[in-house]
Amino acid sequence: MGAILKPRTLPRLRAAPSRSRPRSRPRSRGSPRHGRSVSPPGPRAGTGRAGPGPGPAGPRERGAGRAAPAAAAGCGARRAGPGAGRFAPSVPPSLAHRPFSSAVVARAAGDGGGSSSEVQWCFLQVKGAIDEDVAEADIISTVEFNYTGDLLATGDKGGRVVIFQREQETKSRPLSRGEYNVYSTFQSHEPEFDYLKSLEIEEKINKIRWLPQQNAAHFLLSTNDKTIKLWKISERDKRAEGYNLKDEDGRLREPFRVTELRVPTLKPMDLMVEASPRRTFANAHTYHINSISVNSDYATYLSADDLRINLWHLEVTNRSFNIVDIKPANMEELTEVITAAEFHPHHCNVFVYSSSKGTIRLCDMRSAALCDQHSKFFEEPEDPSSRSFFSEIISSISDVKFSHSGRYMMTRDYLSVKVWDINMENRPVETYQVHEYLRSKLCSLYENDCIFDKFECCWNGSDSTIMTGSYNNFFRTFERNMPRDTTLEASRESSKPRAILKPRKVCTTGKRKKDEITVDSLDFNKKILHTAWHPMENIIAVAATNNLYLFQEKVN
Amino acid sequence: MGEEEGLHQTPFLDTMFVRGLKRKCFDGEEDIEGTLAGIKAIPSYNLQRQSLLDMSLVKLQLCHMLVEPNLCRSVLIANTVRQIQEEMTQDGTWQMINTQSTGQASLDRLVSTDILCRSSRDQAEGKHVPAYGTFNKDFENDQAQDSSDTMSTASAVQAPRNLQSSVWEMENPQENKGNFQKSLDQIFETLENKSPNSVEDLFSEVDNSYYDLDTMLTGMMSNTKMGHCDSLETFSSSTNTASNSNCKSDLNDLDHIVEILVES
Repeated sequence: MGAILKPRTLPRLRAAPSRSRPRSRPRSRGSPRHGRSVSPPGPRAGTGRAGPGPGPAGPRERGAGRAAPAAAAGCGARRAGPGAGRFAPSVPPSLAHRPFSSAVVARAAGDGGGSSSEVQWCFLQVKGAIDEDVAEADIISTVEFNYTGDLLATGDKGGRVVIFQREQETKSRPLSRGEYNVYSTFQSHEPEFDYLKSLEIEEKINKIRWLPQQNAAHFLLSTNDKTIKLWKISERDKRAEGYNLKDEDGRLREPFRVTELRVPTLKPMDLMVEASPRRTFANAHTYHINSISVNSDYATYLSADDLRINLWHLEVTNRSFNIVDIKPANMEELTEVITAAEFHPHHCNVFVYSSSKGTIRLCDMRSAALCDQHSKFFEEPEDPSSRSFFSEIISSISDVKFSHSGRYMMTRDYLSVKVWDINMENRPVETYQVHEYLRSKLCSLYENDCIFDKFECCWNGSDSTIMTGSYNNFFRTFERNMPRDTTLEASRESSKPRAILKPRKVCTTGKRKKDEITVDSLDFNKKILHTAWHPMENIIAVAATNNLYLFQEKVN
Repeated sequence: MGEEEGLHQTPFLDTMFVRGLKRKCFDGEEDIEGTLAGIKAIPSYNLQRQSLLDMSLVKLQLCHMLVEPNLCRSVLIANTVRQIQEEMTQDGTWQMINTQSTGQASLDRLVSTDILCRSSRDQAEGKHVPAYGTFNKDFENDQAQDSSDTMSTASAVQAPRNLQSSVWEMENPQENKGNFQKSLDQIFETLENKSPNSVEDLFSEVDNSYYDLDTMLTGMMSNTKMGHCDSLETFSSSTNTASNSNCKSDLNDLDHIVEILVES
């Protein structure tokens, strides 16, 4: 069996582990903002950890075109069939300085639809540092699978994006299928200073959205509070050799030394993954961007801040169209803000946005250029018996997600998840209580600001199950057809290979049973705000502060 | 853990709020008598509401001191404050404030309307009913007729509202800075107008509540961004340069206040 291998860590791009940043100090802009970041993909053979690679040596440095050390090690390139580019050379031992995760996949058979029997989850992998002292920059702020589920992107508070790629099944390592390894790491956003307002703009990545793949490269949109960027992630496994005017090491040749002309040839090289910013969509938002959503026409997308929603074309960066504006003429009359927005998955003219008052508005862009008038208005009537001073705050919707079918949408408020039929506006069709036991603690949660936590929610591929996070590193799944719900925990204790996750239970009555947790002993610092579900299989990614947990369905 | 402490700190409030109590008239009357008497053992609904109001106002003012206030959070807290205020208006609690016109009461009001709010425990002692007349125009009109002491109270009362609106007016950065500066100045002004001796007296009265406030703030500020200390010091230093030179002696007190608030 061998020694238990410790989980690996994410590459650290900054030299300083933790920083407390003074807010008003302007930062020097020494390094080029739009350098290209180049890194080798993670070790496919699984011998070592995802190499830190040639990531920036210093905190702000991003060298353009930095050669990957892995390439120099001469592992030899392996190329799979045409266009795949998935197979990567194994990383030499020098880069693999930490043993890889010990997680072994319980092989997922079939489609993983999880039809009638209950889905049992088992641990797959965990990414991130183990130490207790968590640097704020490492806190994961968004998680998103791409359309095929082969790529998983995470953004953190330090402005970095890390992309994991799923292992392909190979003959040499049949059990490694399903593992996600680091594919690319780059600094998406830098902290900025708005001199006009004397405000620092955080580099925290608020959202990442993938674009559907149209060629060999992958594209994603990442946004912080003010600026959206389109990143291209491409692989390079060939390089040209035999230039006439340049030597092999890049030095220019003396003209008189060129005695003959030759055609450069393409030679294979070790796979390198490059991330380069292709578009920057800036200066369109006065308030903080909370959502971006790619349209089904794959040509436009929307970005929403607290008071406005803008429509962009992916090719045009100097102009965006404002389609929703709820800013009142007199800011003192402001009582409602936009909290999330999303395009309909099939109808490219339809989008929804949620508000801090617990309402959802569906708008049709064909009706007017400015969609201040909604087409549909979704609001559940308030239950007068449960009214309190916190009713409005806990009704504020933190996330809205359309189902894959487009027939339903799901909203997350503080205590519950609601599924709405977009054809019925007066009430949701399903309501699931996430952590109702917190209702009696609302005042304390208001005092320590936890009541303002914004939890996200997600659908599985078949829209049969929904998932959302809670406190104490708990997350919950709700099967809609049964209905059946499960509470699970993302913790190091359950991070053993093939370990099946044990359902957890919070004790709500006075008598605590064995293995139950009382409400007062919940850790409110450990909150799971971001989760993502593979679009086709039962693989889930759960972000717990600075760790990313991956769980997979156990098939007997 | 701050959060765990936070859960245990307000058991009464939690029990009261979970039932979504409607206001009860008899509770209000009880509370008035209790206030005048001075000591109230069991927190009544009004006291709960009052402490929630205090907490919300502190949160609002705190987040104005952050460099980047979260608009959604500010709006939600402001709506809560508005809701409480509306209920208190319907309750008739606001009218009761107008009847108090003793010097002692006005001094208490001055203390309560500045950024050094009291904790809920002090509230239970029923020292005073703070005059959060920000949203009540009648109250402000009445106040204007009182002595100069209460005039400065009114200006201090206006300060929270100015802060609130100014933080949302982010589209006019110059104005915004001016407003913010102005309202901060107003708050500090009310303290500056007092002679140094009375400022000392002011704070000696509320000495205990100072440290309770710190405990409360610790729980709240654990979630706020780090480093706002610097911005606050920046503001306090800019306030220093903007204010009159003959108030220099009071400025040291101001720095002291700022430091305690921010716990640098």
